[in-house]
Order: sequence, then C-alpha cells, then structure tokens
Amino acid sequence: MPDTRKITVTVNGQRHEAEVESRLLLADFLRHTLDLTGTHVGCEHGVCGACTVMVDGHSARSCLMFAVQANGKSITTIEGLAQADGKLSILQEAFQNNHGLQCGFCTPGMLITLSEHLRDNPDPTEAELREVLTGNLCRCTGYQAIVAAGLDAAAKLRASKAEHA
Amino acid sequence: MGMKFFGASVLRKEDPALLTGKGRYVDDVKLPGMLHAAFVRSTYAHARIKSIDTSAALALPGVVAVLTHDDLPEPMRSRRLPLYVPHPAIKQTFMPWVLAKDETCFAGEAIAIVIAQSRYLAEDGAALVEVDYDVLPASIDPREAIVDGAPLAQQGAVNNIVTQVPVKIGDTDKAFAQAAHVFREQFALHRGGPFFLECRGVVADWDAGTEQLTVHASSQGSHRFKRTFIDLLDLADNQVRVITNDVGGGFGPKGSFYVEYGALAAATMVVGKPVKWIEDRRENFVATQQERDQYWDMEVAVDENAKLLGLRGRLVHDGGAYVTWGLVLPWIAATSVIGPYVLPNYQLELIVAMTNKITCSPVRGAGRPQGCFVMERMMDRIAQELGLDRAEVRRRNFIQPDQFPYKVGLIFRDGRPVTYDSGDYPKSQQMALDHMDWENFRAKQEAALKQGRYIGIGLSNAVEGTGLGPYEGATIRISTSGKIVVFTGATPQGQSHKTTLAQIAADHLGVSYEDVSVVTADTATIPFGMGTFASRTAVNAGSSVHLAAIEVREKIKKIASELLEVSPDDLELKDGAVEVRGVPGMRKTFRELAYNAVGLYGFSMKADRDPGLEATSYFKPEQSTYANSCHVAEVEVDIETGHVKVTRVLVNHDCGNVINPMIVEGQIVGGVAHGVGNALFEKLLFDESGQPLTTSFADYLLPMATDVPHVETLHTETPSPLNPIGVKGAGEGGTIAVIAAIISAVEDALRPFNVRIAQMPVSPETIVQLVLDAKGRQ
Repeated sequence: MPDTRKITVTVNGQRHEAEVESRLLLADFLRHTLDLTGTHVGCEHGVCGACTVMVDGHSARSCLMFAVQANGKSITTIEGLAQADGKLSILQEAFQNNHGLQCGFCTPGMLITLSEHLRDNPDPTEAELREVLTGNLCRCTGYQAIVAAGLDAAAKLRASKAEHA
Repeated sequence: MGMKFFGASVLRKEDPALLTGKGRYVDDVKLPGMLHAAFVRSTYAHARIKSIDTSAALALPGVVAVLTHDDLPEPMRSRRLPLYVPHPAIKQTFMPWVLAKDETCFAGEAIAIVIAQSRYLAEDGAALVEVDYDVLPASIDPREAIVDGAPLAQQGAVNNIVTQVPVKIGDTDKAFAQAAHVFREQFALHRGGPFFLECRGVVADWDAGTEQLTVHASSQGSHRFKRTFIDLLDLADNQVRVITNDVGGGFGPKGSFYVEYGALAAATMVVGKPVKWIEDRRENFVATQQERDQYWDMEVAVDENAKLLGLRGRLVHDGGAYVTWGLVLPWIAATSVIGPYVLPNYQLELIVAMTNKITCSPVRGAGRPQGCFVMERMMDRIAQELGLDRAEVRRRNFIQPDQFPYKVGLIFRDGRPVTYDSGDYPKSQQMALDHMDWENFRAKQEAALKQGRYIGIGLSNAVEGTGLGPYEGATIRISTSGKIVVFTGATPQGQSHKTTLAQIAADHLGVSYEDVSVVTADTATIPFGMGTFASRTAVNAGSSVHLAAIEVREKIKKIASELLEVSPDDLELKDGAVEVRGVPGMRKTFRELAYNAVGLYGFSMKADRDPGLEATSYFKPEQSTYANSCHVAEVEVDIETGHVKVTRVLVNHDCGNVINPMIVEGQIVGGVAHGVGNALFEKLLFDESGQPLTTSFADYLLPMATDVPHVETLHTETPSPLNPIGVKGAGEGGTIAVIAAIISAVEDALRPFNVRIAQMPVSPETIVQLVLDAKGRQ
C-alpha cells in the first residue's frame, strides 16, 4: 500500500487539503494534483531553477521538496503573481517590455527568484542580478533581457513605492 | 502600402499567457483516463539482448502493460525508423527499431516501455524489468572507429563508415605546389547537446472507434512527426493528427522523430487509453540527440601576400549509432568553411563514422560553427606566421560587394550551388572593429600585462546558409466573425512566430498585429509543413504569409467592389473593414465580407469565386539565403586557474530586412550565450566503454548569467533578393562565429606564451596545461 499523508497547503491564497503519497514531489503536486501547470520542471535535480516557487516567502526548488514538506505552508507560484485585477505585475510587464522570455519555460522560476530578490533588495546592480540569477538556467535569452527586465522592474517598483509613501 | 508593423519592435503576443502560467506545454496536457510511461534503457553502449523478463514489472500494482519489440503492432514491428535525409552517397543506412530488437547500439537506447497509472509507478515498473545482455565490443572514438579491424558499431555492418565523400573546388594540389606558405592544423571540435529547458515529451491517444491517432508533442515540426507515424503504421492522412502547442526550446534535436514517439503510439494502441511520456533530464542526457565531435586535419596554402590559394584535408564526423541525419551536419560544416573569403581551391575528404554513442543531430548552428572555426583559426594562424594583423589577413581575402551573386563552387545542403545572394563583408568587419576600437587594443593589453593581467581580443566572420526549403505554408482565413487567423506548419520553440507572422499579415490587411491570431503546428489546420529549423521560418513562412495576405486583400477588395459597386482600386483596408477612399460611410466590414464569401445555403456561387475569405500560399525558395556576421570578443584569462572571463562581445549581424528588431536582438544575444557554452564549458564525455559520464547539469555546465557578458549588437540590413520580403534567417547567427572569436581572444590573451588553440571547448585545465607547457619550453 502506498504510504500517504494528509496535507493542508495554501497556494496563491487558496487553501487545499489533499491526501498525498509521501514521495510525491511538491512540483508534481502543484502541477498534476492542483493543475497549476505554470510551475515547470526542467531538471529534477535542483540546478535549472525552472520549478522555483515561493514557500513562506522564500524561494525554493519544488523539485527538491516533497509535497508533505509543504504541509501547513503558504506557497506562491507564477499563477499568483499578477495583480488582483488580473493585470500583469510590474515585474511581469517588465519581462514583456524587455523581451525577457523566448520559449517561456524558465520564466516561472525567473519571476519567482526576481520577485524575492527585488522585495529584499529594491535597488540592485546589474552584477547583483546576474549573481542572483545563477540559480536559474535559460537557454534562449542569454540572460541579458532578463537582467534588463529585473532592473526595469526595480526602478518602477521604487517609483511606485515613492508615490505611495 | 506603408509598413506599419513590419520592422517595428512590437511586444510579443506570446507573452501574457507565458508570464501568467497559462502556457500549454506538452506536460500540461491532461486527457481523461490518461496513463503514464517510462522506458527501460540499455545500460551498455553495445550489447546483444539475450532475453527480457517483464514479469516482476507486470506484477506490480498500477502497472498496466510492458511492451518490448515483439509486442509492437505491425507494421511498426517490422520497420525501422525512416531516414530523414537520404543521399546516394550514404552507403550504410542503419536506423533504429522503435524498441531495440536484439541489439542495443548506445547506452540509453530504449528497450522496453512500461505503462502505468502514474509516472512514479511506471518508473518503479521500469526498474523491475530485467534485461539479460551479451556485451559486445564498442567503437567510441570516431577516428579509431574508421580504422580497419575496429569493433563494428552495428552487427551486420561492413565497417563503421557511413559515407566517405570528396568535396572539391579547383586544383588544390597545384595551388599547394605554388604556395609561398603552407600551414597545418589539427582541430578537435566538440559541440554539446541542445539542452532546452523543457525535455522532450509526447501524449499519444488512439481512438479505436474512429481509428485515429492524436499526438501532442514537443517538437520542431509536427508535420514531419505526422508523416513518420503514417510511415510506421501505414495509416491514411486522416488518421493522424499531431499538435504542438508551446515548446520549451528546441535548438535542432527536437526536430528529430525519436523511437520513444513510435513506442507511445504503440502503447496507446495496445492499452486503448491515452499515454503520456515526459523525458526526465537524465534520459535527456542519454537519449536526446547531440551534435558532438568533428576532427579536422587541415592544411592551408597562401601566397606571399597572405591571400588564400587553397585548403585541403580530412574531416571525420562522429555520427553516433544511427545515421538519422546522414550527411547533413558534416556537409554543412564542409560548405561553411569558406565563409566570406575567396577560396579558389579546396579539397576535403569527408568521412561520417558510426560509433556506439547517441545519434548525432544538428544543434543551433548545425556544423556551421565548426566550419567557421576551422577557417577563422587558419586566418589567425596565417596572421601569426606572417606577422600581420588578424583583421588585415581577412581584409585581403574578402569576397567584395560587387561580386554578388557569388558562386562558391560547391553544392549546399539545399541541393543548390552555394551562391551567396548579398552582403558587404569588408564593411561588416570594419564596423565591428571600429566599434570595439580594435586598433588600440594592443596598448590596453600591454598595460594590463604590466599589472599581471592577461587580456585578449579576437574576431571571427561567418556566412550562414539560412531559409532552407523546400517550403513552408500559410493559410489566412477571415472568420465570419471578422476575426483573422493565420495557420502555418512552422513550429516555434521561442522564436516568436505568433508575433512576427502577425506583423507581416497585419500590414496588408489594414489591421493591428494584435488582431491577427497565428495558429502553429497543428496538422489538422494546414495539410503540409516542414517545421522550424535551419533559421528558415522568416524566409519560408514569412513569405507565405505575405503572399497569402496579399491574396486575401485582393479578394476582400473584389467582393467589396461588387457589393459597393465601385472599382477595387478605389478601396482601402482600414480597421477591419474596407471602405471607399474618401467616403467613410461607404464600407463593408470583414465580418460582412467573410459571411458573403462563404455563400448562401442553396444559392449558386458566382463562377469566379472560391468559397471563403481565405488564401493559402506555399513559398518555395529557389535556394538558401546567406546571412553573415562579424563577431569580436574580449576576454581575460587567469593563467593560474585557467578561468576565462568573457568581458565583451560584439556582433555585427546582417539578416536582411528585419521584421522585429527586438526579437532579432533576442535571438542574437541568446545565440551568443550558447556559443559561450560551446567555447568554454559544454562537453559530453564518455568513458572508453561508451558510458556517458555527463548526465546531469552538475557534470555538464550550461552558461549561467555570470558567464555571459552584456552583448553589444550592430545590424546591417542587406535585403535578400530571393524572397518577396527580403529577409534572411536570424536564429543561429549569434552562435556560429562567436566560438572562434572567443578562442581567438583566449589565444591572444596568452600571446606571451605563444600558444595555439585548435579545439573547442577549451577548458580551464587545457589552458593551465598550455601555459605550463609553454613555460617549460621557455
């Protein structure tokens, strides 16, 4: 008999209860149990970063976590990044404006990694962004447009914060 | 008509869905009752299969079926995969069985497929299948494989030579006899695999009632997949539909039809349910095709002024276990050697070797980087030997702008003579050198050396055959809602076809590109297609969209002129309607016209009308278009650790008219990153028995954000005369010449040690060794 556990996870603000096999990866739980297919699996060994999600406010590889380890935790995926009215977030918009994605497969991980970094470091340099993106592989863009999107979003986020201050 | 969208950096139509997690990649497909597959793969590079015991796997709860070769449906069971690009020079045409029959020829070859309720259970089942092997000797190094008496890579082969063909221009021996200088260089050139972020995958669904096979596949050409399913199963055209939605990168190897896809068709037919297989990264390293090795042993002859007289030698290409792509890769490499230079005499003996490694496939650049590398390194060698500036040697050998169309004297991979259509190579190089301040680099280098820093600069030129035929098609249809749709067999993997093709159509139809939907790679929507490879879509599909849009526009004007009783010449298309010029009230919307064009139930159609507001075009280029580029790279080398930091890269690229500068820029910059990997990191390693040693991203390094510099670009636009929109391909130009430029820069940085580098990639240990050897000599 498969070894299963009951878990409760909040994903993008919505609470889910599920009985999952203890060996089920968090990435597979999100993608195939909850049908949140925006999170992508690129290597299953924690190098490529495509599966990166936010777990209790910290980026984490969902291919290196079991779903049961997310019990009681709050997760944000790419599906949870847009604004409440469905409009693209500042970072998402910056990706489009700077051509920061081509095939789009690494994009969910890139967005989560940069969301976390910009939250904690609102005024990054290009070198810092390149450093923080070493945990996410992209084969299409050469990273340049992703870095540009990150810098663009940072500037816009600062401006928006100043406006609301 | 003025071009509003053609040439504009409009934002991509693809992005909003991909940025919000609404992309539809193959692993996002979920069908009712769907089962999951995993493969049992050969653990040896070469072995005879004595027996396969599937009983333990079948006994596992959740496992539905296990298929081996003997369980495949006919006629698949008695047919090997078809050869993609047959050629009379290919003497031995070994192709794989859908599941290995009685012999495995590389470690990773599929032997059995396990179908289960979940992927987890399928993998559990695969681990329980026991294969009893009789291990056979293997041939691993292609140079050794072609020697008499080498172990045969395939039982039943005559030897390990797939083909041996001469390439020839002029009288090389005579040229060498008259040469002032002759230099020899032996090149060991490696290119890695594609390493797209999304591994391969297929969902196959056989409906036993309608006898139809529907396949969702991550591919570079759904029509080619469809044709292969038809071939393997003797089906009729209506019985196979292949759909490719979003694709997470392709770079060449996703264009191949793999045995796993055949096995998935067999699986769904046997179990009567849809079956999904998504390759994992480990499988990707052992079963997705790679480009790998070429060994060139070359001599160059020049006169006293450094002008090329001739080039001769031998190229041994590692084709891997099966001859899937035949001559394609080495042939492209052999013809790309010439580049932008006048080469009056050329002789090459080209040999494709069979080895017990994964089959070789084109990867971004497809042999062009190697051809370019050989010529560009020879240029540097000539400069070094004759004490000339590297740029000057190239300058003396360029094909001049007044020489177009320029016949090189060889036949290209498209079957036509290599005839360069347009370009200005001297100007391209000069622009690049000026931008990088080439003339003053020596002073900077000397200053750096005084501080103990080793910096270098290198350059490289390439001419790139793009836009290969035979055709790509486009149907443009205006729905009775007035909405415009383009259907094409082109199969994007990140190249933004949904935006660029919409841009082309929009200008002719007087609408915004946002009003044009583009449907790609669904074989049910357009009968013929080739797919996206060889930087061919802008030329082929782009031209077809252009021609079809003009035809639809004329149809719109014709019907409107009848309804409005005016001359078609007085009509203009604007905002989804056609109106009489200067009379805004006199208009018909696309909706009204499309409705009219369909015809009325039971009423006779006008004799000069075809039903529907639609047109189809298949643009057939008469030959390839030749794009070109000049790359300049600067590096800093740490001679203690061998680490190379690429500090600057400039690309001056000419791909004819540019449809969307932002997108072309993205292709160039991304291509450079791929080339940085090929120059410095990416190497697939095998041990002497053929076991792959690089099977994860920890063993095989892809360039990271800190490894790639901020790439600078310049664009020259020399329109191609060979297609109605004047475009050339842009997808591979970033990669091709940058490898040689980086290696040239590394060699330049190590000038104090007088080293020569004739290999790619060049690893840190190689650099340290070169420096140590040089110090030993000094």
